Amino acid sequence: MSSYKLLILFLGACALAGCGGGQTIPDPEPTEPVMADDDASTSGDEFEDWGGGEMVDDDLMGAGELGMIIYFEFDSSEVRAEDTDLISRHAIQLADNPGARVRLEGHADERGSREYNIGLGERRSQAVRRLLLIQGASASQISTVSFGEERPANPASTEDAWAENRRVEIVYTN
Amino acid sequence: MTEYRNRILAVVVLVLLAPAAFAQVLDIEIYDGQVVRTPIAVVPFGWEGESANAPLDVAAIVSADLYRSGRFDPKEERDMLQKPTTGAEVDFDDWTILKVEAVVVGKVIQTGANAYTVQFQLFDPYGQKQLVGYRMPASRGTMRRVAHRLADMIYKELTGVEGVFATRVAYVSAEDRGPDKMYRLVIADYDGENESVIMESTDPIMSPAWSPDSRRLAYVSFEGNRSSIFVQQLRTGNRIRVSSEPGINGAPSFSPDGRQLVVTLGGIDGNLDLYTIDLTSRQKRRLTTHRAIDTEGSWSPDGRYIYFTSDRAGGPQIYRIPATGGTPERVTFEGSYNARPRLSPDGKKLAVLTNDRGNFRIGVVDLRNNALVVLSTGRQDESPSFAPNSDILIYATRQSGDGVLETVSADGLIRQRMASGSGDVREPVWSPFPRF
Repeated sequence: MSSYKLLILFLGACALAGCGGGQTIPDPEPTEPVMADDDASTSGDEFEDWGGGEMVDDDLMGAGELGMIIYFEFDSSEVRAEDTDLISRHAIQLADNPGARVRLEGHADERGSREYNIGLGERRSQAVRRLLLIQGASASQISTVSFGEERPANPASTEDAWAENRRVEIVYTN
Repeated sequence: MTEYRNRILAVVVLVLLAPAAFAQVLDIEIYDGQVVRTPIAVVPFGWEGESANAPLDVAAIVSADLYRSGRFDPKEERDMLQKPTTGAEVDFDDWTILKVEAVVVGKVIQTGANAYTVQFQLFDPYGQKQLVGYRMPASRGTMRRVAHRLADMIYKELTGVEGVFATRVAYVSAEDRGPDKMYRLVIADYDGENESVIMESTDPIMSPAWSPDSRRLAYVSFEGNRSSIFVQQLRTGNRIRVSSEPGINGAPSFSPDGRQLVVTLGGIDGNLDLYTIDLTSRQKRRLTTHRAIDTEGSWSPDGRYIYFTSDRAGGPQIYRIPATGGTPERVTFEGSYNARPRLSPDGKKLAVLTNDRGNFRIGVVDLRNNALVVLSTGRQDESPSFAPNSDILIYATRQSGDGVLETVSADGLIRQRMASGSGDVREPVWSPFPRF
């Protein structure tokens, strides 16, 4: 839990310093220009000048470009370091688009009690929600729901499937 | 349709009674037929009516009930030396020679177009006396239940324990339908017959709970991608949405007087706590305030306490709080994971889902000494629920990936699998005793 608190402190400081206010945009995934080039080579895509990687699409449809799923360790609701950037980018989109709404759908793996797993899924949704709020999204933009183990992404009973199922899905609802 | 697999696994749980307050499970071994079944004869019932045959083979249902209880061994019809249908016709020597300890005779008499009388007598052939005899009215629609009721009376007379053959079970099934799943809330007789779908949805259905009068079911539905708690009248199908707060609405359970539900609400901030809802005024009252997960509330039969799961000490354990509010006290200490508490109707035992060396299994805590005994042997067992006689539990286990239902006697000696429903079956809950 201590690393989680540090993360909150860091992101809080980051928000105060203005880096969450939409002025500095995290570097995009290095694959983006490659994908744009691929598109360009096959279809003459109009976005072929994305090479600089500095654009963030204001259009909500652009949310589709961002990853929508955050994964968690067993019995944990701690957001992994590698996912904080993704959550930051969703927070920026929400802050820049006050009309945007998201539903955070928390999930757990199948082990254990179903209603307790609803609680674990909700805890994960709330961890993501707090990071979105601290970086400029407003409370009215975010709702949470936990499906516990009821909607597995992978129905198998293996370690790999369980890892796929411990997740929060970010769903834009408008 | 559905049927029992007549496969009986008898389980002997060897318990070391430690000098301390706790017992430890030493070993679990499975034997076939280790339980001694009492030999009994259920003679085919006579029939007095217009058509060639009775509308239902009552003796076959009684016989199947007694066999499924694990405590009786009904004789085959071909071994019977006589087939009396009234007490006057019974020759006790014909039955002592078969070494049966009880003989059931009876008949179905038609009294109207759709009116019948079902009568039976239970005899002790060694004592040469009638133990119980009864006559009940029936229609074609009620005759199956009357047969189960008859089996209840025989079971009670011979074992001293109330039979549960006329009870029902509610459960949730999930079946793949194209890219979607179809979730169904189902009610069936305890033997898997007479299934009826109470509610179906492509969104998950969870946590069914019987009202004490067996006339209503509370459950959680995720219609519209949010959770809501409903209470549905079984006879009419009418339902009321009793809670649809932001965030989690879950884990409903009726108070013993049927007037309140205990539920779990999460709110916008997702802090799961127990609340009671008065079903008349709809007023909600908060019971717990801890920032940990508090969920799976379940009333004690005397109405004084609500048992629940909380991870306030790290992992999930069982606590209880006075139903009127107060300070929670911890109930389970054995093991790293205990959840989903359900009290036996006699108030003496607590069923839990427990982590047994990495496997999720059904445990029963003896509330007199807090000793935990593990009763199931699966890897992903869940959702224990006591029969109304406190003598048997039903729970869900896995068979090649899908959920199936099993029952186990509270002493762990008799375990059976129910092949009820299609698809992935989960969350069985045993009904209270029916009212006649």
